[in-house]
Amino acid sequence: MPCVADWLNNPFSIVQGIFAQSDPNSDWEKKVTEYFKEKLKENNATNWVPSLNDVPVHYLKPNSLVKFRCMVQDMFDPEFYMGVYETVDPNTNARVLHFGKYRDVAECGPQQEIDLNSSQTVTSERQTFYCVPVPGESAWVKEISFLDCANALASQARVSPSTSYTPSRHKRSYEEDEDMDLHPSKQKEQHMGNRCYGGDIHGCVEPKRLETEASAGHHLVSPNCSPPLDLNFPLPGEKGPACLVKVYESWDSFKVNDVLEVFGILSVDPVLSIVNNEERDSSALDPMECMDTAEEQRVHSPPASLVPRIHVILAQKLQHINPLLPVCLNEEESKTFVSNFMSELSPVRAELLGFLTHALLGDSLAAEYLILHLISTVYARRDVLPLGKFTVNLSGCPRNSIFTEHIYHIIQQLVPASYRLQMTIENMNQSRFIPHKDYAANRLVSGVLQLASNTSLVVDETQLEQGQLDTTGVHNVTALGNLITWQKVDYDFNYHQMEFPCNINVLITSEGRSLLPSDCQVHLQPQLIPPNMEEYMSSLLTAVLPSVLNKFRIYLSLLRLLDYSISDEVTKAVEEDFVEMRKNDPESVTADDLHRTLLVARFLSLSAGQTTLSRERWLRAKQLEALRKARLQQHKCLNGNEL
Amino acid sequence: MSSPASTPSRRRGKRGRASNPSTPQDARSPPSQKRRTDDSTSTGELQPMPTSPPADLQSPVAPDALFSSPPQFRNSAIPLDFDISSPLTYGTPSSRVEGTPRSGVRGTPVRQRPDLGSARKARQVDLHSDGVAEDVATEQFGQKLVIWGTDVNVASCKEKFQRFLQRFIDPLAKEDEDIGLDLNEPRYMQRLEEINMVGEPFLNVNCDHLRSFDENLYRQLICYPQEVIPTFDMAANEIFFDRYPDSILEHQIQVRPYNALKTRNMRSLNPEDIDQLITISGMVIRSSQLIPEMQEAFFKCQVCSFSTRVEIDRGRIAEPSVCKSCNTTHSMALIHNRSLFSDKQLIKLQESPEDMPAGQTPHTVALFAHNDLVDKVQPGDRINVTGIYRAVPIRVNPRVSTVKSIYKTHIDVIHYRKTDSKRLHGVDEETERKMFTEERVEMLKELSKKQDIYERLSSALASSIYEHEDIKKGILLQLFGGSKKDFSQTGRGNFRAEINILLCGDPGTSKSQLLQYVYNLVPRGQYTSGRGSSAVGLTAYVMKDPETRQLVLQTGALVLSDNGICCIDEFDKMNESTRSVLHEVMEQQTLSIAKAGIICQLNARTSILAAANPIESQWNPKKTTIENIQLPHTLLSRFDLIFLMLDPRDEAYDRRLARHLVSLYYQTEEQMEEEYMDMAVLRDYIAYARSYVNPRLGEEASQALIEAYVDMRKVGSGRGMVSAYPRQLESLIRLAEAHAKVRFSGKVETMDVEEAKRLHREALKQSATDPRTGIVDISILTTGMSATARKRKEELAQALRKLIQTKGKAPTLKYQQLFDDIRAQSDTAITKEMFEEALRALADDDFLTVTGKTVRLL
Repeated sequence: MPCVADWLNNPFSIVQGIFAQSDPNSDWEKKVTEYFKEKLKENNATNWVPSLNDVPVHYLKPNSLVKFRCMVQDMFDPEFYMGVYETVDPNTNARVLHFGKYRDVAECGPQQEIDLNSSQTVTSERQTFYCVPVPGESAWVKEISFLDCANALASQARVSPSTSYTPSRHKRSYEEDEDMDLHPSKQKEQHMGNRCYGGDIHGCVEPKRLETEASAGHHLVSPNCSPPLDLNFPLPGEKGPACLVKVYESWDSFKVNDVLEVFGILSVDPVLSIVNNEERDSSALDPMECMDTAEEQRVHSPPASLVPRIHVILAQKLQHINPLLPVCLNEEESKTFVSNFMSELSPVRAELLGFLTHALLGDSLAAEYLILHLISTVYARRDVLPLGKFTVNLSGCPRNSIFTEHIYHIIQQLVPASYRLQMTIENMNQSRFIPHKDYAANRLVSGVLQLASNTSLVVDETQLEQGQLDTTGVHNVTALGNLITWQKVDYDFNYHQMEFPCNINVLITSEGRSLLPSDCQVHLQPQLIPPNMEEYMSSLLTAVLPSVLNKFRIYLSLLRLLDYSISDEVTKAVEEDFVEMRKNDPESVTADDLHRTLLVARFLSLSAGQTTLSRERWLRAKQLEALRKARLQQHKCLNGNEL
Repeated sequence: MSSPASTPSRRRGKRGRASNPSTPQDARSPPSQKRRTDDSTSTGELQPMPTSPPADLQSPVAPDALFSSPPQFRNSAIPLDFDISSPLTYGTPSSRVEGTPRSGVRGTPVRQRPDLGSARKARQVDLHSDGVAEDVATEQFGQKLVIWGTDVNVASCKEKFQRFLQRFIDPLAKEDEDIGLDLNEPRYMQRLEEINMVGEPFLNVNCDHLRSFDENLYRQLICYPQEVIPTFDMAANEIFFDRYPDSILEHQIQVRPYNALKTRNMRSLNPEDIDQLITISGMVIRSSQLIPEMQEAFFKCQVCSFSTRVEIDRGRIAEPSVCKSCNTTHSMALIHNRSLFSDKQLIKLQESPEDMPAGQTPHTVALFAHNDLVDKVQPGDRINVTGIYRAVPIRVNPRVSTVKSIYKTHIDVIHYRKTDSKRLHGVDEETERKMFTEERVEMLKELSKKQDIYERLSSALASSIYEHEDIKKGILLQLFGGSKKDFSQTGRGNFRAEINILLCGDPGTSKSQLLQYVYNLVPRGQYTSGRGSSAVGLTAYVMKDPETRQLVLQTGALVLSDNGICCIDEFDKMNESTRSVLHEVMEQQTLSIAKAGIICQLNARTSILAAANPIESQWNPKKTTIENIQLPHTLLSRFDLIFLMLDPRDEAYDRRLARHLVSLYYQTEEQMEEEYMDMAVLRDYIAYARSYVNPRLGEEASQALIEAYVDMRKVGSGRGMVSAYPRQLESLIRLAEAHAKVRFSGKVETMDVEEAKRLHREALKQSATDPRTGIVDISILTTGMSATARKRKEELAQALRKLIQTKGKAPTLKYQQLFDDIRAQSDTAITKEMFEEALRALADDDFLTVTGKTVRLL
């Protein structure tokens, strides 16, 4: 095996090397991290690392370096492990030091025994996160990041790929990618497939993809097996590996729902699964083992084939998961990327506006607001008040038509993560929105509202019929309302509730005014009614070139991350304006209106790539608001403001 | 259980207890001799000189007379038959060693302490390998003997602890703690006396006391609890049986230290804490059933009936394969009901929500409770646990040597302390006091000396909400609350110290935001919406526990916010029956429940912060508060302050508002951070004031209050109406006290009263102004109707009576006719309601009756 790839294929040999060279008490751990940091900095090296997101676990080499893009779903208790331990050979009395870091099982040769009493033993602490792939991650994110990876590997042909799997998969997926762009109808089919909300996981496995099926195969229940483990994905119908991520450093800085990219050593040691069974059998013997309930054990140490372990060498929080953007925007090279893109911003915006106008049946005002909505993000919190959230209620959507569904598909094509929540009575009453703590298994059982930052949540209220909400339903609607108003979800810990702040873009499509609160209601005014909605929408997506689509994606993700300020002069002008407006019409202009107009102005400026508010933008924002309000008046709807 | 007489004596030697270095008459103690020979089989002859880490190497060991052995060796193969027969071991170690003149037969048995010993093997581990070498090394130095692996000298440790027990007087003790203790007498001697009287053989020792008495002893206790605590037991027992030789206890006294100063939150536990004494706080989330843990197995030979006992070692029983007496193989059978078991329970403790950093899930830790600590806590309890932190490696398979490279951790519980016990009994503030570091307290005190602290705090409160200064001040005072007063001796019970506030006003004036803010600020806040809550949700409900099928009382929002604030949004949307619950809560501060066979009264000492919208969605300035929000005046009068949050229409205000809002949209992260800091400081400031400051009325302040009240009464008396009630006076007192608390002042001064008056007046001005006359009229709130309105009603009734009388003798009148007539006659507009009211008033006077559309004179 070529030496270059050693750190990829056999990272343990590197760690062992560093460990052997230095004193076990010294900073060998730091050296290891630094070594890998250096290696990964080399050009495109991060792309060589096979990703658990793309490659099924059984194609990956155990104990090789892998990466995983994931969301922290739950945090388990910290565990103490043997950082350094000594083995002794009972025959020769030879003692050997080993490191326990990055390992699940203390390794020792057949003739050796671990000396638990050795003075050399170092006990250390690590933290386990239960991670799931980013919920609602769009298909294009997966495809593009996979392509990047595959391309990098292809260009580095000299490096023997760490999996035998990649090349064939690469080809196939490329076809598929094209396939998707060319035949959106097929893609739609796929989405339909994904839309099985009932929780039947098998239905989501596409038969044509052999590999995927194999990877998802472990969902299949074999009759003599205990009931399948619930992998605890927030959204129903999700797939992909869940993973136990063992973090060795600064785990305090990570939070639940953070999106991480981790590089680490994959551990799928079958012993871990045996451990499972053995422990259960022997639990009667050893009083120490009956500490946890069987259920807790099942959840906390699931079979490694199902839930692999990653021992993290490097982990970083991701600002965004858009693979088209550089991972970190503060670096030098990414700055040139940003400035290049900013220079051609206005044509992109114009094109995007045109595209969305078509999608919204020719309503350019609604399209304008949709752009503002898509680039909104909670940028700060003041006391309890989240600033920068911009929930749009798109009212006037035709009932019982596939229109809302198509709107979602278009959004899905544009944003990296999204979810469509169908607000049917049944759905509200039956699904679990709020994550809750299961004390028997000692884990946080996920709910639909456990989403990563900047996920687009499209709530489809046109599906709502008359009917009765039961207790769960009321709780769910309340939680949804709280999410929109305060951008927080109160997780249910049975004895108490705990508040988790979130940052989720909520778009509500409804017929009349939505029953949920929203920052701004836009009434849709279709300019044209296509005779065949389905055909119209699909042709729309086909018409967009993939390269243009990618620009849209970059546009939306990038603008969200820009800074923004207001100069003193403009502040003065805004003040004057507000006082003037209040004078003319004190009844209808309130502080809320000012709030909203400021928000619109903020996003309007950002959408044009401007990071300060100019007088013109302010006027334009007012104009937009006036148009929107006039429309609402026209529809004799109540004013959409609600705190 | 086998005969208690035999087992305890054998146990004696288990922990370091028997290895009493001061034992002068070794010969008198056959068990220890026997044990010594036994021990030597495992460690060789060097064994008697185990010693401590290098730190103590200078202290020489006296090789012959004394020995102190590593505790773990004592577990192995103890000659049981011999022990049982020995009468000498049949007593407390103290009695034997010190030669206390007491009858050897009637001793108190030693109860084994599984809380100290259940993880022996982990201990053994560390010492074994390097032990031999060190033994040799220390042999030459001699003199000071210490328990192996520690720097604990049993004799001096015992002596020190005895001195502590005999002499310690808590200098900081306050009268309200520890009722029944003489503060000038040694505290723990009184405790021992208590043990003698009550017969509960546990001595709880506050580590804080120990630390102030002897820093070094405290350190030893923290670092080597497994060795030191048995020594303490020994010391305590010696003193106790010395004093009360005839006392009969169930077993010997066990010392239970608590409140180890290294109190940490669960998150900061790390590998260094293993095998140390720690105190952590948390919430019980699960408790297992009782696990009988075998301590000692009883085997009997099927052939010759020879019996033997085998101690459990690391969870296993070494079954004797050969009978010692008849040499038959595999003839020994386990006799269950003669084996010894001890109770054990697994408890899962979760970090308390306050300790958790935002955005992370709570950690849990396993606790093992032993013997009588079993079933002392229930899921949901908040407790402080003192215990020994343990870590045990997990074997992948008992038969294979591979070891999973992680340890399982748990805590062996020595002492529980419920932190929320104050809900059941009086006020226990000790736990809350621990919250502040000295620097923090300094900082807060410094802050309190500032002249403008009141304004500062009120502006820090919900700074994103603009203006409404008085409302914020009101809420601030509510957060501090008045002083608790107890008049139960004179029959009035507790006076309410909590301040209730109602906000009403136009929708969209950030009422909900204020409520949310308060709910987020206070540790024990609850937030409910009037629309969604039922009486049951607010009070308590009875539920069947799915597991135990027991009926359980589940508490609702009001009870949960005991000692906190209950924020109720959309107060007006609440239905009648739910609201009626609040009557009791808001004045008596209790909740009575009588359902499903459970009759009880729960404390609900909660402040209520409610928000109500006007009935016509927009506030109608032409109507009174009551008319606007349609709430019963009986409820309204229970609010100390009622504020109107209206949208002021004024240019200067608009301008300031605009600037404020714009600033929200471009402030940098750092500025935001500063704001956030403020919230933390504010929270601590309030918490500190609430638990430490308890202001009393000063002489001048009392006078000022009296004057204020008399003034308020006078205002009304001029117009022949009552304008203030004792309730208003109570409100004033509460507000003044709260204001004094803001200043961290122990005494209410005139300035506090002034501010209370001002705020009270401000609130009244807003809510109790009669819209028809423009006069502030308290009766709007207390009786639901302004005095002028009542007057007008009476006038109308009189006018109607006159009108009817002028109509002459007609016994019946048409309703509509009469209405038209009176309208024509009157110069002010008369509504149908007013007319009907007047009719009703006349009907009450037995002047007429109304039946359908006709009015009949009587």
